[in-house]
Amino acid sequence: MKDEIKYTTCYMCACRCGLKVTLNDDQIRYIQGNPDHPTNQGVICAKGSAGLMKQFSPARITKPLLRRKGAERGEADFEEISWEEAMKIFTERLKNIRQTDPKKLAFFTGRDQMQAFTSFWAKQFGTPNFAAHGGLCSVNMATGMIYSVGGSSWEFGGPDFDRTKYLLLMGVAEDHDSNPMKIGLSKLREQGGKVVVINPVRSGYGAIADEWIPIKPGTDGLFILGIIHVLIKNQLFDEDFLLSHTNASYLIHTNEGNEFEGMPYIMQGIEQDETQHSVWDKKSQSIMEPHQPEIEPALFGSYSGEDGSDLKTGMQLLSERVLNDYSPEKVSEGCGVSAETIERIALEIGVTARDETIHLPIPWTDTWGNEHETTTGNPVSIHAMRGLAAHTNGFQTIRALSILMMLLGIIDRPGGIRFKPPFPKPIPPCPKPIHSADQIKPNTPLPAPELGFPSMPEHLMVDDDQNPLRIDKGFSWDFPFSAHGLLQNVITNAHNKDPYAIDTLFIFMANMSWNSTMNTSGVMEMLKAKEQDGQYKIPFLVVSDAFFSEQVAFADLVLPDTTYLERYDVISLLDRPISEYDCPADAIRQPILEPKGDCRPFQQTLLDLANNLGLEGFCDENKEPIYKDYLDFIQRWEPAPGANIGFLAGWRGEEGKNHLTGAPNSNQIESYLKNKSFFHIELEDTIKYNRNINQGYLNWAQSKKLIRQNEPIVMNLYSESMQRFRLAAKGLRKGRQPKTEHQRNRIVTYFDPLPFWYEPFEQTQIDKKKYPLFAITQRPMPMYHSWDSQNAWLRQILGQNYLYINPLKATELGLEDLDWVWVESSLSKIRVQIKFSQAVQPDTVWTWNGLGRLPGTWGLAEDADEVKKSFLLNHLIKEEISDGYGKKTSNSDPISGQAGWFDLMVGIKKADTEGNWPQFKAVKPLKHLKQPPAVLQYEFIRGKK
Amino acid sequence: MTQKALVIDLNKCVGCHACAVNCKAWNTGGEYGPLPDVNPYGKDPDGVWFNRVQTYEVGQYPDTEIRYLPKSCMHCKDAPCVEVCPTGASFKREEDGIVLVNYDACIGCKYCSWACPYGCREYDPLAGVMKKCTLCADRINNESLPVNERQPACVLACPTGARSFGDIDDPQSEVSNQIKDKHGYKLLPESQANPSNHYLPKRTNHIRVDLEDFKAKRKAKIDPDKRPKPTGLKNAEDFASP
Repeated sequence: MKDEIKYTTCYMCACRCGLKVTLNDDQIRYIQGNPDHPTNQGVICAKGSAGLMKQFSPARITKPLLRRKGAERGEADFEEISWEEAMKIFTERLKNIRQTDPKKLAFFTGRDQMQAFTSFWAKQFGTPNFAAHGGLCSVNMATGMIYSVGGSSWEFGGPDFDRTKYLLLMGVAEDHDSNPMKIGLSKLREQGGKVVVINPVRSGYGAIADEWIPIKPGTDGLFILGIIHVLIKNQLFDEDFLLSHTNASYLIHTNEGNEFEGMPYIMQGIEQDETQHSVWDKKSQSIMEPHQPEIEPALFGSYSGEDGSDLKTGMQLLSERVLNDYSPEKVSEGCGVSAETIERIALEIGVTARDETIHLPIPWTDTWGNEHETTTGNPVSIHAMRGLAAHTNGFQTIRALSILMMLLGIIDRPGGIRFKPPFPKPIPPCPKPIHSADQIKPNTPLPAPELGFPSMPEHLMVDDDQNPLRIDKGFSWDFPFSAHGLLQNVITNAHNKDPYAIDTLFIFMANMSWNSTMNTSGVMEMLKAKEQDGQYKIPFLVVSDAFFSEQVAFADLVLPDTTYLERYDVISLLDRPISEYDCPADAIRQPILEPKGDCRPFQQTLLDLANNLGLEGFCDENKEPIYKDYLDFIQRWEPAPGANIGFLAGWRGEEGKNHLTGAPNSNQIESYLKNKSFFHIELEDTIKYNRNINQGYLNWAQSKKLIRQNEPIVMNLYSESMQRFRLAAKGLRKGRQPKTEHQRNRIVTYFDPLPFWYEPFEQTQIDKKKYPLFAITQRPMPMYHSWDSQNAWLRQILGQNYLYINPLKATELGLEDLDWVWVESSLSKIRVQIKFSQAVQPDTVWTWNGLGRLPGTWGLAEDADEVKKSFLLNHLIKEEISDGYGKKTSNSDPISGQAGWFDLMVGIKKADTEGNWPQFKAVKPLKHLKQPPAVLQYEFIRGKK
Repeated sequence: MTQKALVIDLNKCVGCHACAVNCKAWNTGGEYGPLPDVNPYGKDPDGVWFNRVQTYEVGQYPDTEIRYLPKSCMHCKDAPCVEVCPTGASFKREEDGIVLVNYDACIGCKYCSWACPYGCREYDPLAGVMKKCTLCADRINNESLPVNERQPACVLACPTGARSFGDIDDPQSEVSNQIKDKHGYKLLPESQANPSNHYLPKRTNHIRVDLEDFKAKRKAKIDPDKRPKPTGLKNAEDFASP
């Protein structure tokens, strides 16, 4: 039979590359990269190549399951039930929650890529308790940059590989991100650009770097502030960029103890009733409105306001801090990098940025009407990721990183970091979460989203007593900017009924009882914990997944999902788009294969639940469903009637002739399929750069509804939003104020409007003589983000992890290569095998993450390496730490709520016995799953044998 | 003569295993497949792979380097595996120098795997025959594929573009130019097998600006207008002289 070609989008990791799938006899013959796709340009990684094997996982759940009456949670003792019964049970449960107290439903999703839909569903249901996995992943990277420069790297931006001449890779794990980064690094190697990797571990992308700088985990902030010190001291900063693109020159009140403390000096604007920030004009020697063509703003200095108040520029305040406190000599010991190296790297990037300037013959106009004949840029770029983010000091570290980028003048300019539309967005972006208890009402949608970007205490999601409204305490005084929620604390908080008890925890594609949690053993016990009356503390646990994971083993009700090759999906500009620097882009998935057994696409299940419940937005006033099915929904849904935008941006309008905006088009999918399942549109050259202040771009983006306003997005070297919280905590600001001493001190300390470094929380609470080593993890490149299948090909590449240790340190501890050791943290201990590595900073040990598996799950044999020989470091990581006031708080960043799972410190000593510990009791096999085959080969795949 | 081969640039390889897995994906269903996996979900899973990536640490901390080495049949000009094959199953194809195995003639005696200096022979325990990289012989001349896809799967997949395919006997070919310009080398040249695949070495890129010059002139170039007001600085004097 002739081969057939279909195009779709990968889901083996978060890159979402375009796929070209060859089918033969309706079965997959081969998966390769789609050469026309903007994300991967025809290439494909190991994960994407192995996508086919996902279909043959012996762990595929194909029937709805209900925990057997009398069986204990966590044993995986299920009875198979019909979809009708499963939906009836869940609908009744949800109906009851919704008509009594909707927040008793907590809906958390893992690494899913359709948050525009799932968050809308939760909002229409009326619960604030929704989030995806960002709290555990990299919300510091997202918010730290979004609150500073209006966009982040990774999905929302990245290095201009075509032109950059110097790249710093900081805290980038093996494969974050995947193919776009690989394509770019290759260009950079070829063009002769220098790559420096700053990481406690050298591997992956670090292999092709020109220089490796081993750094101690959690100290990147020291390193960056040391670099900034050298740049300012040597005047290696882009003054023009700082004046035009940032608020570095804005005047800030420095008198303390009043409502203006640390706030910008505000003046009457040119327009009536308009107030403006202010700068010191060197020409007229007076305070003027910023960004006016005729003035010469001072970047540094102390001045007096018209009311006699003391003022300094933000740049002056920053300089005082970094010049006083963060010299290379001062930070060197803390971060483990020599002062000479810090100074050399700073001078290398500073001089390269200054002297290798790029001029493109592209004219553009800024928002203040200044016309620029060329587009210039400084060819230095920085890519950072979880190594900076997964610490309780990560937000401020990434604030420092953002400021470093501002000083170098490398944001959204040629050769630097480029944004991907819809970024940049206003600082912070417009959506605000609900902010009071009375906004959560029975049988009523929320009036605002569950997640957003607070810029003042009034945006917090707290009640009148300042207590959290979300189960994860997101947007409370403890975590004001937790834009992605705190997945990592849902189970602990629900178990502790802190801040309240819930009824149902609904989890999609997250493994919160195993590798996607901290304190794994503890969390497993919490899921099993009961009240005195025998009821579970978390009464009902619903899990939707395609595979028999550790999480599924703990479910009360299991809703079997399809794989990415069996359903329609949208990769939308409304949530996590696949845009490139020069082009907004989105994509779809199409069913390549029939769904297996009785599994159903999770999206369809959510839609059916919405229809059963008669949720507004899904049903009309007569409670009749508006959308025929999910395919109909993704084409016709609009955020508001007549909004003219929807999940998909291409081929809108009834005729399918409009892009980005336009009326819904019921045949939109046809156009996507014709265009190989993606859409992209290239921007005109004049609006590709300097988009924070590029009037043409801002006008265009507003007209296409990518942003709500076309105001300039002035970067925040100094964060006014943060200072507002600080003033509230000091009692100097009217309006909402924190209630407890703990909250007040926490906000005053950490909501510093300028970046600073502090020791990660847990490290200040432990005996470092007992636990002297930093312990971190990363996923191996061929598995990065490849959640949910224990793929038969990928597991052959790596099935066992060791704890890697530098022989210098091991010798000090009297350990030999391949010794068995006890690894102990202040929470717990595990027994594992060590392996020597010269590629790890000596104060650090590390291992591959997520290899260890609970026996009985994932279709793996009980003697599989992942079960017997691999381990999770998660058992050692606390999900809660002391708040310093006698209570416990989440082990998370005090600003963003990012889980501080790289803060872990351990002690190591030789073990008397061999073998991994702990070992867990095997869960029961699911009846409908077949025994794993003894041999896999293509005939089996094709169903011929 | 024509000698098709791979040129692999270690200046770009990040050890992602895309080449190895995409190779398996193409070839298991191809003319020279299948590539079976024994015990795929159990202890010590063992599959047939035409291409494997090895990892090496080189040097002492802190001057440690990481090297990834993707390795597949080198399609040697004087292939020992062909010489030792008792049945003639292993042969070097006249027209393009690719070393192939005729599965029908192979008796699975494994002499070839003993003879191969590179460890690039794979035994299929189910079929009882030796298998190996064919440079995707069923792709490179396959007229049902688009012209730009008539290349080995590993080359198409490689996300860093570290792999090139071509005729190393044609001095004008892109692969020959790469070998020439980037100091391409062969693994184990002393093996006398005369391997056709080549590797390009890791190169170090340097900055182009002159830091010494900058340091020499920086004091003179300090602009008093472009520095913070010293009153807020604890060591203002130190700041004045970088």
